[in-house]
Amino acid sequence: MYSEKVMDHFTNPRNVGEIENADGIGEVGNAKCGDIMRMYLKIDNDIITDVKFKTFGCGAAIATSSMATELIKGKSIKDALKLTNSAVVEALDGLPPVKIHCSVLAEEAVKAALADYYRKTGREIDFDTGCDGCCDACGKH
Amino acid sequence: MSTKNEKRFVYCDNAATTRVLPVIAAEIMPYFTENYGNPSSLYSKGRDAKKALDDSRARIAAVLNCLPNEIYFTGGGSEGDNWAIKGAAKANQKKGKHIISTKIEHPAVLNTLSSLEKEGFEVTLLDVYENGIVRAEDFKAAIRPDTVLAAIMTANNEIGTVQPIKELCAIAHENGVLFFTDAVQAVGHIDIDLKDTGVDMMSFSGHKIHAPKGIGVLYLKNGIRVSNLVDGGGQERKKRGGTENVPGAVGTACALELMCSDWGRTKRAEILSLREELCDELLKIPYIRLNGDRNRRLPGNINISCEFIEGESLILWLDINGICASTGSACSTASLDPSHVLLALGLSHETAHGSLRITLDVENTCEDIEYIASTVRGVVEKLRAMSPLYDNVLKSK
Repeated sequence: MYSEKVMDHFTNPRNVGEIENADGIGEVGNAKCGDIMRMYLKIDNDIITDVKFKTFGCGAAIATSSMATELIKGKSIKDALKLTNSAVVEALDGLPPVKIHCSVLAEEAVKAALADYYRKTGREIDFDTGCDGCCDACGKH
Repeated sequence: MSTKNEKRFVYCDNAATTRVLPVIAAEIMPYFTENYGNPSSLYSKGRDAKKALDDSRARIAAVLNCLPNEIYFTGGGSEGDNWAIKGAAKANQKKGKHIISTKIEHPAVLNTLSSLEKEGFEVTLLDVYENGIVRAEDFKAAIRPDTVLAAIMTANNEIGTVQPIKELCAIAHENGVLFFTDAVQAVGHIDIDLKDTGVDMMSFSGHKIHAPKGIGVLYLKNGIRVSNLVDGGGQERKKRGGTENVPGAVGTACALELMCSDWGRTKRAEILSLREELCDELLKIPYIRLNGDRNRRLPGNINISCEFIEGESLILWLDINGICASTGSACSTASLDPSHVLLALGLSHETAHGSLRITLDVENTCEDIEYIASTVRGVVEKLRAMSPLYDNVLKSK
């Protein structure tokens, strides 16, 4: 069902944890749907110097969180905002169709954390933060 | 928790399917390679197959306390459920088109009922409350003059709760209602005496009791009118077409006899003891609850909800540690909705997502129990360490 890469990130998730005094914190998802992702960012001079995550969810949710953190770590804010769920899926060598929503959630978690950073630094949020309540899988959004 | 280097393997998903025991495989094998005739053929090889089939029917009837001509072989439990429900509903619809069932039935029953609803039948699904048991008074209250059939499972496939079938069946009959029970999870695991319970129809499946997959049995009490589901060449006394699965029938007879023998009953007592031990150990882990009544359940069934983690992650980690178990969280299937059974107990979606079903059987040991308990504890701790929900709990303390 899952690629070797998904299982690798599921069993050895990168960047799990919490950053104290994070510059940006984003949380997306809904326990009712079975997935919550919380992402912490440390940002210096518009560069993401550290990123950590915590996830409640299935194997795909953990793997996509892990991969998303890997894809944005060390990147500029501008580049991090270009992260798409497709890029996360591709980097994981694919996901089952029913699990694609986890990659959407990972993209949204990154954007939610960046939006928090923008708010804290008084910057205008000029990007789409996506759905802030849930994954799109429930069909309610 | 074990490391990957340990090669221990524990199968505890026996509600999903069971291993064909060597003694049963040995009894079946000649029906693949030597006595492979078609039971409908007139020559001796066919007659030999027919004899094996009828012997199997008689053996099954003897264990369940019914007549051999009340036993029909099917392709599995789902077919038996479909046949009994659709067949009885359609054959008796002049009496009425109302059917009573429960919210925790297997999809083979619930989807069959949905299909009948599209044909004008009306279905009432009974609640099961927190303990997972149907109340007789609810059943009685649901019966209407046009109620034609009740379909209530003997034991639940997820939480293992055992329903008061004899009592419910008596109520049905007092009101002229036919009674069908899906006993796929129950047959061979608890004692069932068809004369004593009085049910009109009962289905079960071979592969849940160490027989092969692809064979089921439908008990149809003599005199009950049921339309055919599978029309064909007149097999099974013209009620179920299709060449009979002789090795499957032989395997089911052998398995049922074994599971209901003194050996099987002794094993059930041992399984119950192992389950209680494992249940006690698992419930020592914080924020874990047992789903369904602890006593009125199948001997081998444990269904727990682990708060703050998701079932699929739990199952994947158990698999990495060599443990085959199951989750009620549908996140591991094509649907993202949690189990309808757990929701029927009143669990929140969040809690239902973190469920784990362990079903023990004759081959499980004390060592398995220790290994399962320690592994589950380790995996739960690992997943909670990365759970934002658990984080919230710790910070709120």
